[in-house]
Amino acid sequence: MTVALNQPTAVAGTRVMGLGAYRPELVIDNEQICQWIDSSDEWIQKRTGIKTRRRAPRDVSVVDMAEGAAREALEHAGISGDQLGGVILATVTHPYATPSAAADLAHRLGATPAAAFDISAACAGYCYGIGQADAMVRSGLSSYVLVVGVEKLSDFIDNHERTISFLLGDGAGAAIIGPAEAPGISPSILGSNGEKWEAVAMDSTLLNFRDALARARETQDATELLDAENRYWPTLRQDGPTVFRWAVWEMAKVAQQALDAAGITAEDLVAFVPHQANMRIIDEMVKQLKLPEHVMVGRDIVDAGNTSAASIPLAMHRLLKENPELSGGLALQIGFGAGLVYGAQVIRLP
Amino acid sequence: MADKNEILAGLAEIVNEETGLEVEEVQSEKSFTEDLDIDSISMMTIVVNAEEKFDVKIPDEEVKNLTTVGDAVDFIANAQG
Repeated sequence: MTVALNQPTAVAGTRVMGLGAYRPELVIDNEQICQWIDSSDEWIQKRTGIKTRRRAPRDVSVVDMAEGAAREALEHAGISGDQLGGVILATVTHPYATPSAAADLAHRLGATPAAAFDISAACAGYCYGIGQADAMVRSGLSSYVLVVGVEKLSDFIDNHERTISFLLGDGAGAAIIGPAEAPGISPSILGSNGEKWEAVAMDSTLLNFRDALARARETQDATELLDAENRYWPTLRQDGPTVFRWAVWEMAKVAQQALDAAGITAEDLVAFVPHQANMRIIDEMVKQLKLPEHVMVGRDIVDAGNTSAASIPLAMHRLLKENPELSGGLALQIGFGAGLVYGAQVIRLP
Repeated sequence: MADKNEILAGLAEIVNEETGLEVEEVQSEKSFTEDLDIDSISMMTIVVNAEEKFDVKIPDEEVKNLTTVGDAVDFIANAQG
């Protein structure tokens, strides 16, 4: 005899119900950057659009920042932590391989026993999280899901290198996804291109670091020890021109796919919030997408730098704060980065 | 298919559009970085626009070998084959 199984009942739609942000207290301007690399405020602004970036002090963790953003998002959504059925945290800078930052965050928010897990999709992590949360809520698996994009990149940079470190900042942005009568999140376009795995990557592993420290201990050699610290602690590097080309011309196609999948055109948007990688990437994407004048563009990078998984929710949070009339309109968001990976969708702004 | 003079003229237009440099300044022996002060990001924009204009593929790894305007003209001419 065949025994029937229960399956959850799908809900009609989902939406972003609330957003939250956490911006750490330290403000690093270009003058300070120029103490580490031979450059100038003018050069950095011209090449990247960045004036300052925020960085977290030593005693503020990835989970601390995530909690700050999550509490504001919960309040904005009008729900409490114990109503969450899922906590998804996108990051590449949580310093524990296990346990996850999401489980700690869920506990702090009183969201136990919500499903909790981290996503490693670098600068696309937040969009991956939104896609996952949308699926969880729409399938009936969870009622409300928290998605956080958070990075403490300052733990994994070498201030003296010139390819990426000076762009990077810390921070957290969060969103609550819940059920809706009308669709508020379009089909997600998620993908990867592992052929360019090395285009943005850590330059070492923790195993290399461990082995270098062991060598230094064995030889009692100060140079070996310095080498271990400077060369083997994993820090980020990128092949800027390769990433720029991919980010602009390939990601413009992905952004268009997201609009097509949503069944809308750029005319229907009120906002465009791309990953805040570099102002020149943002400007060139806007050009390639031929966005109409009325579409407001997230340009949080000027003050926040590139915060990887946190950049889209931080930029969107700011755009809404400064332009509350955008609430209820459609925004295209697209994340792209190390992997290489990408994710995009259209959402109705809370 | 364009001859080398036409490629140079087309490339000069692309460089002008990206950087504002006068087309007359874009000559074969000029180095993109040293003489024309074009950074690696602008170079990529020029390369993608050149691909479109001349219907050729210029892979990322080739871009690093295009030191002078003449190198780019030669590469495009050969790629058009």
